[in-house]
Amino acid sequence: MNLLSMFRRGSAPLARERLQILLAHERDAFDQPDLLGILREEILAVISRHVSFDPEKVQITMDRGKTVSTLAVDIEIPNRRRSSGPMRPYTRLMFEADAATARSQWTNGLV
Amino acid sequence: MSEGKSARVLVVTSGKGGVGKTTSTAALGAALAHLGEKVVVVDFDVGLRNLDLMLGAERRVVFDLINVINGVAKLQQALIRDKRLENLYLLPASQTRDKEALTEEGVAKVIAELRTKFDWIVCDSPAGIERGATLAMRHADAAIIVTNPEVSSVRDSDRIIGLLDSKTEKAERGEYVEKHLLITRYHPWRAARGEMLSIEDVLEILSIPLLGIIPESEEVLRASNVGSPVTLNAALSPPARAYFEATRRLKGEDIPMHVPNESRGILNKLFGRKAA
Ligand SMILES: Nc1ncnc2c1ncn2[C@@H]1O[C@H](COP(=O)(O)OP(=O)(O)O)[C@@H](O)[C@H]1O
Ligand SMILES: [Mg+2]
Repeated sequence: MNLLSMFRRGSAPLARERLQILLAHERDAFDQPDLLGILREEILAVISRHVSFDPEKVQITMDRGKTVSTLAVDIEIPNRRRSSGPMRPYTRLMFEADAATARSQWTNGLV
Repeated sequence: MSEGKSARVLVVTSGKGGVGKTTSTAALGAALAHLGEKVVVVDFDVGLRNLDLMLGAERRVVFDLINVINGVAKLQQALIRDKRLENLYLLPASQTRDKEALTEEGVAKVIAELRTKFDWIVCDSPAGIERGATLAMRHADAAIIVTNPEVSSVRDSDRIIGLLDSKTEKAERGEYVEKHLLITRYHPWRAARGEMLSIEDVLEILSIPLLGIIPESEEVLRASNVGSPVTLNAALSPPARAYFEATRRLKGEDIPMHVPNESRGILNKLFGRKAA
């Protein structure tokens, strides 16, 4: 939805599109198990079998789209080797379903 | 992370539904953030969350208030941040139908943690006078009572004022919960014709200080369509100006009150609608 078409057609088409996306996801959520939730749990379980990480240093980002949704799991893992220098105090694991996330104006997490 | 803050907790409440609580939470939250404050808006409307939608954050919700209370998620995982306004955060409500999950101890813990990280916590209350509404007001330092100039809304506001004086932590400690009246959906021309309760009527009946008067405006509808608070989406529009003034009063500034005047919009003027 670009600005020009918004001027021409008002804001209702955007409202309609946002609602369609949201409701499709919400109806799914009531009908079937939450796929992204399951993926999130299992990814974290697999990683915690191999390395220990601070649960507070896990950032999960989601973007529910019309045709694709993305789930990004960003985990900060302390390096095992000592003194790896000031530049790399930890390793970061990132899983992203789709790098081209986010038309959304919002993002997850606290800074 | 900005630890060591001590937030002021606001509850936006009314008793009656559809008067403009969620709209006002979004507008005031964005205005405070715009003025440099670090703000989190918290949705207490469990099962019927809408603040995410008003803010345009609905695609981003991963965790919610109840997940944090249950320990499924850490607070910083559940918070989502506005990219347009870096100081504005949302803690979404749960869509679960299990309202029992919203416990008093859980809410107390979350609010206590938020207090250390933000300057303002703005709690959007659900309608009614049940658990959700009383939990939303529980920790408030100040309440914004959203009222339409209309009999049932004024009556419900009066009821809510009573609850604020009995059910909040401050009230239980014998302290005074600050109260601010925010009149919304005000139609200047109806007031002028005497078809709607006047500002003076409402003030006289409720006798709490006036924070602002928000005119009925199509800018509010447009803002909700595009998912952006009106104070961000149309910052110079009459409702946004009124919300900005209210915000500055909340911050302690002393600015004169403007009663929205009878600007009837270009169409009405063109067609010369006359007073009945
Ligand atoms: N100043 C206003 N002008 C026009 N419409 C408004 C205004 N304030 C609220 N509304 C509309 O009223 C409806 C209810 O508002 P909402 O904020 O959801 O109320 P509540 O949270 O109290 O139930 C929404 O459709 C909203 O767009
Ligand atoms: Mg609401």
